[in-house]
Amino acid sequence: MTKFRKNKIMGAPSRRRLLKIGGAALLTTPFVSRAWASTTDINMLAWYGHAEPDVVAEYAAANNVRFVPKYYAGGDNMLALIAQSPPGTYDIILSDAEFVQQLNLAGYIEPLEASDYPLDDMLHEDFKKFPGHWADGKLYSMMVRGGHLGVSYNKNSITEEEAQSYSCFWKPELEGKVGHFDWHLPNLGMMSLYNGNGGSLWDLDDAKWDAVRDTTLSLRKQAGGFFDYGGSFNGLKNGEMQAMCGIGDWITAPLEKDGAPVASTIPKEGGIQFTESYSIGKDSPKADLAKNFIQYMLSPQGQVKSAQMAAYPGFCVTKGGRAALIKADPAEAKRSHQMSGMANDPIALIDEGRIHYRDIPQQQSLEDWNDFWSEYKNA
Amino acid sequence: MPINNGQSIKLYALTWRLPIIIWQFFFFVGPVLFMVSMSFFLVKNYRMTEAFEFINWYKMLSRGYFWDSYKYTIFISMVSTVCAMSLAFPAAFTLAFTASETTRRWAIFLLIIPFFTSYLVRTFSWFVILSESGVVNAVLGYIGLGPYTMLNTHFGTLVGYMTLTLPLVVILQTVTMSNIDKTLIEAARNLGCKPFATIWQVIIPLSKTGLIIAAIFCFILSFGDFVAPFYLGGSQETTLPILILDTTKSGQQWPRAAVVAIMMMATLFAIAFTGIALAYRKRKGA
Repeated sequence: MTKFRKNKIMGAPSRRRLLKIGGAALLTTPFVSRAWASTTDINMLAWYGHAEPDVVAEYAAANNVRFVPKYYAGGDNMLALIAQSPPGTYDIILSDAEFVQQLNLAGYIEPLEASDYPLDDMLHEDFKKFPGHWADGKLYSMMVRGGHLGVSYNKNSITEEEAQSYSCFWKPELEGKVGHFDWHLPNLGMMSLYNGNGGSLWDLDDAKWDAVRDTTLSLRKQAGGFFDYGGSFNGLKNGEMQAMCGIGDWITAPLEKDGAPVASTIPKEGGIQFTESYSIGKDSPKADLAKNFIQYMLSPQGQVKSAQMAAYPGFCVTKGGRAALIKADPAEAKRSHQMSGMANDPIALIDEGRIHYRDIPQQQSLEDWNDFWSEYKNA
Repeated sequence: MPINNGQSIKLYALTWRLPIIIWQFFFFVGPVLFMVSMSFFLVKNYRMTEAFEFINWYKMLSRGYFWDSYKYTIFISMVSTVCAMSLAFPAAFTLAFTASETTRRWAIFLLIIPFFTSYLVRTFSWFVILSESGVVNAVLGYIGLGPYTMLNTHFGTLVGYMTLTLPLVVILQTVTMSNIDKTLIEAARNLGCKPFATIWQVIIPLSKTGLIIAAIFCFILSFGDFVAPFYLGGSQETTLPILILDTTKSGQQWPRAAVVAIMMMATLFAIAFTGIALAYRKRKGA
C-alpha cells in the first residue's frame, strides 16, 4: 500500500510510458546531435554590433555557424585583448585600418590570398592598396566599410552653412554645449585639420603640434563633456550637447532616423575617415570559415547588411555593394549620400581631397597625445 | 594533556574567525600586494611585463593633471559628504525622535529599497529628470524659469553622489540617534537648554561616533565612484576613477592605473583612520 502510494505521488512512469518516452528520445537523438555537431563557433573580435543578428543572422543560418563575439572599444583595447590571449583564440578580427600594421608586425594575423577577394570591385583606387593592409606584396586585411568624421551638430543651433567649418565649435552661443567623443585621436585630428594641416594632419613637427595644442585648449571653455558612445548619443538626443567633436554620421545617423534634428557634415577644412577591416587571426583553426565570412561581407548582400547595421552605419566599399544598397534601401543610400552625383558622396569627398584616413601620430607618440588629452580634460 | 578552558575558548574563536582571515588574505591582501608590485611593471606591445622600474610612479606623479584630478576628487567628495550629512540630518532627527516606531521601520525599509535597483540604472534615470527637456525644467518652465543646465555639471555629479550615499547616511544617522538615551535630552531640556542648543550640545556629541562613521562611508563611496562624475558630470572634471579608465584605455597602462589606485587607497586609509580616531577619541576628563 505504502509503495503504491509513493509511486503514485512521485508520478513514476509505467512500463508503456517509459517505452514511449525512451523510443521518442532514441528516434530524435540523431537529429538533435546532428544539428549541434555541425554548428561551428566562429570567434570574432570586433567593435560592438558586428556579430549582432541584424548583420550575421542570415549568414549564420545559411552556413550553420554561430558567432561568438568579443567586443572591444578602441584599437589599444583590441591589441591588448589579442596580446593577452593564446594564438588561435580569435578566428576573425575586425580592426580599424590604422591598427592593421601593428597587428601584422606583432604576428597576430594571417596573410590573405588577394585573389580570394573582390579587389577589382572596390569603389576607390585607394581601397585596393589601403595603407598598412599590404606588406612585402602580401595582403593582410580586407577593408569592409568606412565612415567619415566631421562636424556633428544640432540643426536648431548651427546652420548647414556654419557647419561647413570647425570654427562653429567656437560659436559663443555654444559655450558648454560642445561635446567631445572621449578619444584623443579623432578630436586632435580635427583640431589639426582646423589649423590647416590638411593631408599632413598626423605628421606634425613641434611647432605644428604646439599650435594644435593651443587651438584645442582654446576650445575648452566650449566643452560641455567627454562622452563614450552612449553618452554622445544621449547628449545629442536630449539637446544637452548642440555640437559634437570627434564623431560623424555613425552616431548622428541612428538619431536622424529617429527624427532628431541632428546631422553630420564634412567641413571645408576636411574630414577624417575611419576604416574597418577584417583579418584572419593567426593560427585560427577555422581560417577557411573566416575567409568565407569576409567574402560574404564584401559581397553585395553583406555590404548592404553592413550599411544598414543597427549599431552604427558604415558606407559600402564595393561597387556591387553600393548598387545593391541603392536597390534594396534607396532611402538609406540617399540619406548617407551613397549615390553618384550627390554632393557629399563619400567617394567624391575622397576624390576632392577633403577626406583624410585616420592614422596614428607620426612625430609624437600615442602617449604624448594621450597625455595632452588628459591635460585638456583637466584644463 | 588536557587543554584548559581559556585555551579551548581561544581555539574555538579562532576556528570561527579563520574563514574571514583566509578570505581577506586571498581576496584583499593578495590583490593589494599584486597591485603594488604591478605598479613597477612595464607595458611592452600592449602586454604587461614583469619589471621593477619606478617610471610609472614618476610619470604619473609628475603630471599636473594627476594632481588636478586628485585635488578635485578630494574636493568634490568633501562637498558630497557635507551635502549628504546636512540633508540626512533633519530626516534622521525626525525619524529618531518624533516618528513612531512603526513609521521609523517603514522609513528604513523604504530607504533600503533603492539598493534593490542597480546604481547605474538609478543614475541613468536622472537623465529624464535633469536634462534641459526633462521633468525639472518642464516644471520650472511653467513658472517662467529656466531651462537650466544640470547634466554634465558639478551639480549633476553631486546628484549622482547623493543617489549613491544619501539613503545609507540617513539610515546610519537614524540608527545612531535612535540609540541615544532620551532621558539625557529630557534632562537638558528640563535644565533650560534651548532646542538648538540641545542638538549641538547633547545630541551631536552623543551621536558623534555614528555621525563620523556615516561621513566616512559617504566620503569613501564618493571618492571611488566612477558612475556619477562620468555620466551625470559628463567627465567635465576628471576624477581619479575616470583617470584610471583613461590610463587603461589608451596604451593599456595598467601599471600607471595601479599607481593611481594605490594613491587613492593611501588617501582613503589616512582619512578613514583619522576619522575613526576622532570618532572614538574620549573627551578630556571623561
